[in-house]
Amino acid sequence: MSNSDKTTSLEASFVDAFEAYAGKPPPANAPMPVNGLAPLNAMQGFRRQAMERFRELGIPSRKNEAWKYTHIPEALARGFAVFTGGSIPDPGAAETAQCALAGLDAHIVVLVNGRFASEHSLIGNLPEGVAIGGLGTAASTHPDILRNHFGRYASWEEESFTALNTAFASDGLFVYVPKGKVIEKPIHVINLQKTNERLFLQPRHLLVFEGNTQAKIIDTSCALTGDATFTNAVTETFVGERAMVEMYLVQDPGNDHAVVSTTHVYQDAASTFTAATVTFTGAVVRNNLNVLPNAPHCETHLYGLFLPSGATQVDNRTLVDHAQPDCVSNELYKGVLNDRASGVFNGKVFVRQDAQRINAFQENKTIVLTNEATMNAKPELEIYADDVKCSHGATTGQLDPEALFYLRSRGMTKQQAQGMLLHAFAGDILNRISIEPLRRMLDERVTRLFGE
Amino acid sequence: MAILQINNLHARIEEQNILKGVDLTVAAGEVHAIMGPNGSGKSTLASVLAGREEFEVTDGNVLYEGQDLLEMEPDERALEGVFLAFQYPVELPGVSMNNFLRQALNQQREYRGEEPLSAGAFLKRMKQCAAFVDLDPQLMSRAVNDGFSGGEKKRNEIFQLAMLEPRLAILDETDSGLDIDALRTVADGVNALRRNDRSFVVITHYQRLLDYIIPDAVHVMVDGRIVRSGGKELALDLEEKGYDWIREETVAV
Ligand SMILES: Nc1ncnc2c1ncn2[C@@H]1O[C@H](COP(=O)(O)OP(=O)(O)OP(=O)(O)O)[C@@H](O)[C@H]1O
Ligand SMILES: [Mg+2]
Repeated sequence: MSNSDKTTSLEASFVDAFEAYAGKPPPANAPMPVNGLAPLNAMQGFRRQAMERFRELGIPSRKNEAWKYTHIPEALARGFAVFTGGSIPDPGAAETAQCALAGLDAHIVVLVNGRFASEHSLIGNLPEGVAIGGLGTAASTHPDILRNHFGRYASWEEESFTALNTAFASDGLFVYVPKGKVIEKPIHVINLQKTNERLFLQPRHLLVFEGNTQAKIIDTSCALTGDATFTNAVTETFVGERAMVEMYLVQDPGNDHAVVSTTHVYQDAASTFTAATVTFTGAVVRNNLNVLPNAPHCETHLYGLFLPSGATQVDNRTLVDHAQPDCVSNELYKGVLNDRASGVFNGKVFVRQDAQRINAFQENKTIVLTNEATMNAKPELEIYADDVKCSHGATTGQLDPEALFYLRSRGMTKQQAQGMLLHAFAGDILNRISIEPLRRMLDERVTRLFGE
Repeated sequence: MAILQINNLHARIEEQNILKGVDLTVAAGEVHAIMGPNGSGKSTLASVLAGREEFEVTDGNVLYEGQDLLEMEPDERALEGVFLAFQYPVELPGVSMNNFLRQALNQQREYRGEEPLSAGAFLKRMKQCAAFVDLDPQLMSRAVNDGFSGGEKKRNEIFQLAMLEPRLAILDETDSGLDIDALRTVADGVNALRRNDRSFVVITHYQRLLDYIIPDAVHVMVDGRIVRSGGKELALDLEEKGYDWIREETVAV
């Protein structure tokens, strides 16, 4: 079978699944509040259009420049059933508890296969007007918020995976923080995967932080499943005027799970948005992080740490689109590639014509530990304004032999010396994580990984 | 028994022969100075002794306490008591002094079958040794050599020497870049570390250091060989006459 035949049949399976899904209401016996189609009226209008657009765009193959290094058709070829609700095996309280972070006092939101699981979530007390829960429920409790924000930032017209997600979207995380509210504790989203068959999961998240709000979100994955999954997640985030939002995404589902994660962030005036994406495992991991600081005096910090081994592919794409003046963006992605792992960093920064006095910095540093591991780094700066300060750079190399020798000359084994240097390398990102229990967990994970 | 015995050592890097037959014997408790013009191979000798893999030994051998030193991995040499104070100490951003020293020290202790030091004992030891070479204790909370001044880096090497208590310490130009007072402090530190079961090989360009650290022998390395050895007065001759007279005599011989 030729490659294109394969791709076509892959798309056909999604089209079939869509017809079956769109044509019928959610099963009455669903254990979770699935809220299938009806409540999401805000998006009902373009569900079918999105599917049509997906059919046109197709599953990106390697011939597509933007997907050259991420082998999506190969990952999909294993065959996944599109999850559209139905019965979900109960993960159980004990199993769920092991996915929490030690020492973290948080508003815990549990999503099972992308569906909000209220019985496992521990949301706790919230300031007045703040909502944390499932998007499916929010469609009926917060219809105006959905109408104003859903589908506004993530472009299903342009992105195949966003189109696919939009066509099926029915549940995921919903956070709404009205004007002036501060959420002191982090919101911890635990993405549980629990299934006895290969599932294609499509959580859809909507996070709305109005003016002068503050919040921190942690998103972790926890695979309890015996079988492989492919997750196509889409997150839309609105960061209002002078709001301060931090988002931490930890990807460690195990090497049997593929992930395409697309995040769109809209920043209003003088807001600060910080994201850190930390990737350890995954069959294929593709992260699209797009930020639009669409008003003056915004601050954007994007950090990434990818530490894949085995045959894992990690593909990080970022876009910061400076459409407005007097903003700062700062981006640092670091990677360590072991075994046959591959990494991609493609960071685009646009500075539009009227976006004067922009400071934009971008850096990617990768250490390649073996001859089989490969890294493709492509920082891209496109500047159309004249009064800007921008820099970008990418380095890929090995550990410094001088540094290794220095450590070994003090009695450290090769392994220890390497571990120490890699840990220091990763520490540069970890030390920017402001939630101590999360930083500690990641630090321990890194220590275990590098066997110091 | 000699702690170090180097016989006819030849080494090269990238097809370039650097060491061309070095012979040197250092007895336990002795201090030997090696002097010689730039590029003569002094640091190369130090690197080969410490185990740098970039250098290829093409002939000769080295016995350390009777064992074949060249067979050992760099960390094994360190654990066996060989210490190199680097001419250019490496900066290790992100690796804290504290963690680095604790690991290094505990490796040594484990090798000797001793328990790791308690946090308290370790801290005490660190403070004592830092005071010993007048190293600012503030530096302990920083990353290894990261942003240290030239002098601080050199002191840090001797500080580590004091912490790790080697039996053979090779000091590669520890004096260069030190001001007069620092030189004095470092030399006093080295003198205080002298013991009858600890030997030093001190590479230097300046006789001045040898006013403080009185050597048992002085060797002159020229073009990858030790061409002359003598007592401490040889250093004075070199200071006065430079290396040319030795070169001329060597050629004449
Ligand atoms: N990594 C290397 N690659 C190529 N040549 C090298 C390397 N290291 C040393 N050399 C060469 O070996 C020779 C000896 O160098 P070495 O550093 O041992 O001299 P030295 O006696 O310590 O000099 P100095 O007094 O300046 O410190 C020099 O010609 C130097 O260029
Ligand atoms: Mg030298």
